Amino acid sequence: MPDSNAHPHDHASGSELSEMEVRVRALETILTEKGYVDPAALDQIVEAFETRIGPRNGARIVARAWADPEFKRRLLADATEAVNSAGCFSRVGSHLIAVENTPQTHNLVVCTLCSCYPWEVLGLPPTWYKSAPYRSRAVIDPKGVLAEFGVTLPPETQIHIWDSTAETRFLVVPMRPAGTEGWSEERLALLITRDSMVGTGLAKAPHEAAAS
Amino acid sequence: MTNSLHDMGGMHGFGRVEPEPDEPPFHQRWEGRVLAMQRAIGFTGLWTIDAGRAALEALPPLDYLGSSYYRRWFLGLQNRLLQRGLVDADEIAAGHSLRAGAALPRTLTEADVAKTQTRGEFARPTNAPARFKEGDRVRARNLNPPTHTRLPRYARGKTGTVEAVRGCHVFPDTAALGAGDNPQWLYTVVFPARELWGPDADPAIKVSIEAFEPYLDPA
Repeated sequence: MPDSNAHPHDHASGSELSEMEVRVRALETILTEKGYVDPAALDQIVEAFETRIGPRNGARIVARAWADPEFKRRLLADATEAVNSAGCFSRVGSHLIAVENTPQTHNLVVCTLCSCYPWEVLGLPPTWYKSAPYRSRAVIDPKGVLAEFGVTLPPETQIHIWDSTAETRFLVVPMRPAGTEGWSEERLALLITRDSMVGTGLAKAPHEAAAS
Repeated sequence: MTNSLHDMGGMHGFGRVEPEPDEPPFHQRWEGRVLAMQRAIGFTGLWTIDAGRAALEALPPLDYLGSSYYRRWFLGLQNRLLQRGLVDADEIAAGHSLRAGAALPRTLTEADVAKTQTRGEFARPTNAPARFKEGDRVRARNLNPPTHTRLPRYARGKTGTVEAVRGCHVFPDTAALGAGDNPQWLYTVVFPARELWGPDADPAIKVSIEAFEPYLDPA
């Protein structure tokens, strides 16, 4: 399968990983010797994505939106402005757009052409998001895709698939689960999964968060 | 390239989506190094993000489909460096530099890494009025350029509704060629699934694309 060799348990030849390690090290050596890249800067980029830039950033933003109606209004009007002016979130670039799930409409985000993803707030996209099955089917068989994530929506729910074909980036604001009235933002954030902010999942119910 | 395998929306046969529980950011060390090199070279301004995407789309179809995501990125990066004469094939074969590097507009140092962690600005000023407004009916043009475009095949010739006007942005079709920003108005255009996929599609489903003005005609 395409992309299947991205999975460590399922790579095609068994030799690609070591071959790739050799090829990538060679290119990095050449670029470093030519003065095109600084390995210390590369280290910092990798470290940032391994430790700081991840879906917790998005979960804190969504939790604030759940807890603060005025922030939610601003987030849905202009997510970049709302996030940056809040002063307590990592700064995001332009064209971040928040779309809200409601009982009437469920939003699902895809990039059929490559892998566009709101990485500032969700981190690097997971392998499935970049895979041919997701990119091909999200727009033509969204219910089938959602079922593979264990999500079944009421039949009357409208589904809006957002194909990220430009430099606009989409963050789904999932529905707030029942039984969370009065919760702090920190506690609410524990219910907000990466997949719920892409639209391939729902926010956890209170008992699911307690179990995890 | 436009009609290449990267344009996957609506294709059949790729099988199930397979989420991986607790997936790490990188499965192998080299994947992180490829991402970091891509970012560092991107910072130099040698080429645009659209030119980088075009390099992936230009991979031979079997390489595109047969490669993992980061292998694809590696091949696209290396190919562009070779094409631009910034690295030579004998150096790739030798695994180290054989001659001095070219002078680049700028290079990424540790002090500037934070700048790569906020997305760039793609909006551009314009004097041209937007041709369409929210609620307008539009038809996506039937365009098949041999060069980069962001109009997916499944929307071409289809009729939809402008849901939002997103401002005037760098036009990828031009930027990918290194021919400048050529700013164009950008719209969110919504299509009912039945318009895209036929009468058997679910009436409760709609798909939107982010469409630049040159992709659209009034309908």
